[in-house]
Amino acid sequence: MSIHARKISKRFGDFVALDDVSIEVQSGSLTALLGPSGSGKSTLLRIIAGLEYADQGEVLISGEDATATRPQDRNVGFVFQHYAAFKHMTVRENIAFGLKIRKRPKAEIADAVDELLQLVQLEAFGHRYPAQLSGGQRQRMALARALAPNPRVLLLDEPFGALDARVRTELREWLRRLHEAVHVTTIFVTHDQAEAMDVASQIVVMNQGRVEQVGDPTQLYDEPATEFVMQFVGEANRLGDRWVRPHDLEVVGVPVPDGVEAQIERITRYGFDARIELVSADGDPLLVQLTRELLEQLELERGQIVWVVAQRDRTFAGSGYGPA
Amino acid sequence: MRRYLLRGTAILYLLVVLLGPLSMVFWRTFENGAGDAWAALTTPETIHAFKVTIVIALIAVPLNTAFGVVCALAIVRQGFPGKGIVNALVDLPLALSPVVVGLSLFLLYGQDGWFGGWLHRHDVQVLFALPAMVLVTIFVSLPFVAREVVPTLREIGDEQEQAARTLGASGWQTFWRVTLPSIRWAVVYGVVLTTARCLGEYGAVAVVSGRIEGQTETATLRVEERYQNFDLAGAYAISLVLAAIAVLVLVGMTVIKPREEAI
Repeated sequence: MSIHARKISKRFGDFVALDDVSIEVQSGSLTALLGPSGSGKSTLLRIIAGLEYADQGEVLISGEDATATRPQDRNVGFVFQHYAAFKHMTVRENIAFGLKIRKRPKAEIADAVDELLQLVQLEAFGHRYPAQLSGGQRQRMALARALAPNPRVLLLDEPFGALDARVRTELREWLRRLHEAVHVTTIFVTHDQAEAMDVASQIVVMNQGRVEQVGDPTQLYDEPATEFVMQFVGEANRLGDRWVRPHDLEVVGVPVPDGVEAQIERITRYGFDARIELVSADGDPLLVQLTRELLEQLELERGQIVWVVAQRDRTFAGSGYGPA
Repeated sequence: MRRYLLRGTAILYLLVVLLGPLSMVFWRTFENGAGDAWAALTTPETIHAFKVTIVIALIAVPLNTAFGVVCALAIVRQGFPGKGIVNALVDLPLALSPVVVGLSLFLLYGQDGWFGGWLHRHDVQVLFALPAMVLVTIFVSLPFVAREVVPTLREIGDEQEQAARTLGASGWQTFWRVTLPSIRWAVVYGVVLTTARCLGEYGAVAVVSGRIEGQTETATLRVEERYQNFDLAGAYAISLVLAAIAVLVLVGMTVIKPREEAI
């Protein structure tokens, strides 16, 4: 089911959380709302769920106006960062909650819960209480609970934010596969660009209550629309008013025209590539990414003075640094 | 060393302040055998006094429980003008002397009070009768449920309630299935404290009841009355029953409180 949010504005006192935001999410897609804290991404998600109401604008779920609909009538699944598990209920009872509210027959509920327990790989934990589960297990339970009533859309608010790094990566992978299996329109909120790039097919980049850019991961990385997207999605260096990706910088040992003089601070090599951290003559930090092979050929060392040259750069209008 | 000092001080304090007087009551009650105590407890006036106390508690406790939960929900979950004042007002009965509460009822329901004239003309007896005794008891036992529930509500937050809403539960269903189960031990504890306060109330009830033996006399008033009339055995026996109820309730609560979902 598609989701449209049109011209949404929301203030909390003097703070403008959302400023005339519009997004469109296709039926069956997996979309990330990406942005730093305070960018309005969670507020937008909560407005779609009906947990907050917009001051202006409208929300359409599969074409129907849901702007004033109460959350319980929207039929959306919502997953919270801190799980929001019903602590006094077992895992089974948690998952069955939405079905019990809908007064489904007992046998049907039991079957549905069995199926979901299998889907989230918690078959052996049905009779435990949330307090007896790990964070990752609790979040999987919360997902099963949200999916149980067959929601029209699934909304996840920083779903992996409270988990440790390894579990987070596992669950990311798992969410992607789950989405392929269930195919419910899904929006998840994250401040972690790697997470968004890894999981989502469409990313909405938000900043200060506005949408900066919408696109797939490749578009955002290769064709950032604004300075903010350039430096928030992937790594970026700033050379005056130009922006350069770390792998678009070349290091040479002798002065060259257009070269920026810099001193090597640190060299790290692991995995496929190597990284050189430098400080320019003006005192700005720079990051260069290159293959380990190339690094060996260049014979660089810490403290050395080098010149870096941009192979490909980018300028943005209105960056405040004058014309490019 | 310091551990033992701390423990010793705590235990000694409890012994001197709480257990000492209580055991004296116990000892004095059975000083002349259980027969005397039983005889003192089973006089019609004493039985009536217990009945009055129980009737008052049966009215005041459910009302204050419902009010306490509603009030706590309003204070924690809703923003409204004057919220701070409501929050402070709930504590007023703790700060106010019960005698003052009793006297204030005279200003309202006495012959010259605001409602007194009207009530008198319609032949409704408030003062020196059960209605006034119930009213003051409700007043003095009002804060306990709210005071127990407010911090628990704050602690559990409202995410579980929001989750219930997105799963299709109405406000009413969310309250019964999610909120109330989460705060039930706070409610139970509040009810126990409220009940204890209702059973033990003396000052305010003494002022408004008129202390008519066999009519408007509660158990605590009966203790005082027996004591004044040099029936020490009777006074001690009634006191013992009141103390025993309190101890039983506390022990019962400790025993039945489950630990399964404790975090």
